Amino acid sequence: MNYKKVIWKRKPLIKNRLLRIGLILLISTYLLSVFLTTEIDWQRILEGIPRGKIFIFAFFPPDFITRSDEILAGIFESLWMTIVATIVGILISIPVSLGAAKNIAPKFVYFLSRGVITLSRSFQEVILAIFFVKLMGFGPFAGMVTLSLSTIGFFAKLLSEDIEDINKSQAEAIKSTGSSWFQWVNYGVQPQVMPRFIGLSLYRLDINFRESAVIGIVGGGGIGSTLNTAFDRYEFETAAAVLIVIISIVMIVEYTSSHLRKLIK
Amino acid sequence: MPIIKQKDYKTWKKFDRKRDLQNWLCWFLGTLIFSFCFGLISSKTIWFYVFDSHNEALDLLGRMFPPETNYFFTLIKPIWDTLNIATIGTTIGTLIAIPLAFLSANNTTPSKKFIRPLALFCIVSSRSINSVIWALLLVAVVGPGVLAGIIAIGLRSIGFCGKLLYEAIEEIDENQIEAIEATGANKAQIMTFGIVPQILPAFTSISIYRWDINIREATVVGLVGAGGIGIELDAQIGDLAWAKVSVILLTIVVAVVFSEWITAKIRKAII
Repeated sequence: MNYKKVIWKRKPLIKNRLLRIGLILLISTYLLSVFLTTEIDWQRILEGIPRGKIFIFAFFPPDFITRSDEILAGIFESLWMTIVATIVGILISIPVSLGAAKNIAPKFVYFLSRGVITLSRSFQEVILAIFFVKLMGFGPFAGMVTLSLSTIGFFAKLLSEDIEDINKSQAEAIKSTGSSWFQWVNYGVQPQVMPRFIGLSLYRLDINFRESAVIGIVGGGGIGSTLNTAFDRYEFETAAAVLIVIISIVMIVEYTSSHLRKLIK
Repeated sequence: MPIIKQKDYKTWKKFDRKRDLQNWLCWFLGTLIFSFCFGLISSKTIWFYVFDSHNEALDLLGRMFPPETNYFFTLIKPIWDTLNIATIGTTIGTLIAIPLAFLSANNTTPSKKFIRPLALFCIVSSRSINSVIWALLLVAVVGPGVLAGIIAIGLRSIGFCGKLLYEAIEEIDENQIEAIEATGANKAQIMTFGIVPQILPAFTSISIYRWDINIREATVVGLVGAGGIGIELDAQIGDLAWAKVSVILLTIVVAVVFSEWITAKIRKAII
């Protein structure tokens, strides 16, 4: 008897052969064109390697002491900024998220609020910070305004999605008692979205602290300005210390906020 | 639901007295913390500039309009660079994230005591340093330019992709792996035929999601000299050429909305 040897092969990821080859060609031309249009200065990289080494060795040991006053001041400023910005941002986000929920707001308000959210989401915190530093002067106030405004895009978007998912019968029950609009939102909608609300606030607190480390680079105050100054002075030991402080605080904040979120759930 | 009796009628209140008191205390403490923090911020603020900011904003808007539309054509190369930073950076980031995710997932890690914490530490430190700070570091090392941006975005993406990916690996179906094991497959074969097909959908959606985020991040790494449209933005702000700045801002908004649209399309096509 003749056995035909049967070998199993895994199915290809993309079934259409033409599409598969086309995609591979497309990707390789893209990579080639990237390679051709990107200038890489190997000379400069060779020069930079010793500097990179100095920076990495600066971590052993990092210098917490020489600029300890500035590091402490920077961290506390970042913390104040984060707390105030998160609270202000959430306070502004509440009306925006009510407006951006399809089941609550009239069409006109809906599109207006969605526009606000999109605008706030398109610009990175750093770009916003540049403008607010220009408008309001250097310092933590500009940073705080930046963080509050970028909180809106994140918070209102996610909260409005939750508001759209509420249980309608509960809200209707409140309405049928003859409640006013505010009473309806307060007793019919708010209790339903509260768990998500608290979770999002904690999450945003965490994000805002991380971002506050960056907006300092463009003059928005906080630990970022300390870091930037350290780099400008080529004090890599101090910069390493600042980075370690940022990483450890972010880890603590993230750990506590995820723990708290689990507790609330 | 407590009902409170007052002289001759009953009324309903949302909370009883104890809960009311607790709530009040929380609000009080919150307000106290808020005002304390705000006081510290305000002591470092020059209020004259803040109160004057609306005039300044109007002045700025006046200088921004009309935008200098011709300037857009010089932006094409920076936009191309920005796109490349995001795309190549995402690719590098996900490629490094894959082994890290396997090392840090509970069910695939070779050693729970030693390697897993190390891999997790890599993921966390990559996540907690913003891409602008990574770029700041790398510009000092490899010099200003697109390369620094690519590496910065790549390093930042490792943490994000690694975290989501290892969570996906931990949630795989063990039965499928057992089935592959039963055929006599070795470790590498279990990996490619048992685990990879299960996490592939998660992997694609994570990398697409990260690409979308990276387009936004790539617009700002240039501010510290790491290539892309941020370099132009920094230069034009430095020149106080506000009519050009408004063109750049419009371009960024369009690019971000466009990338969001594309990712939504791809996600729909795949899932």
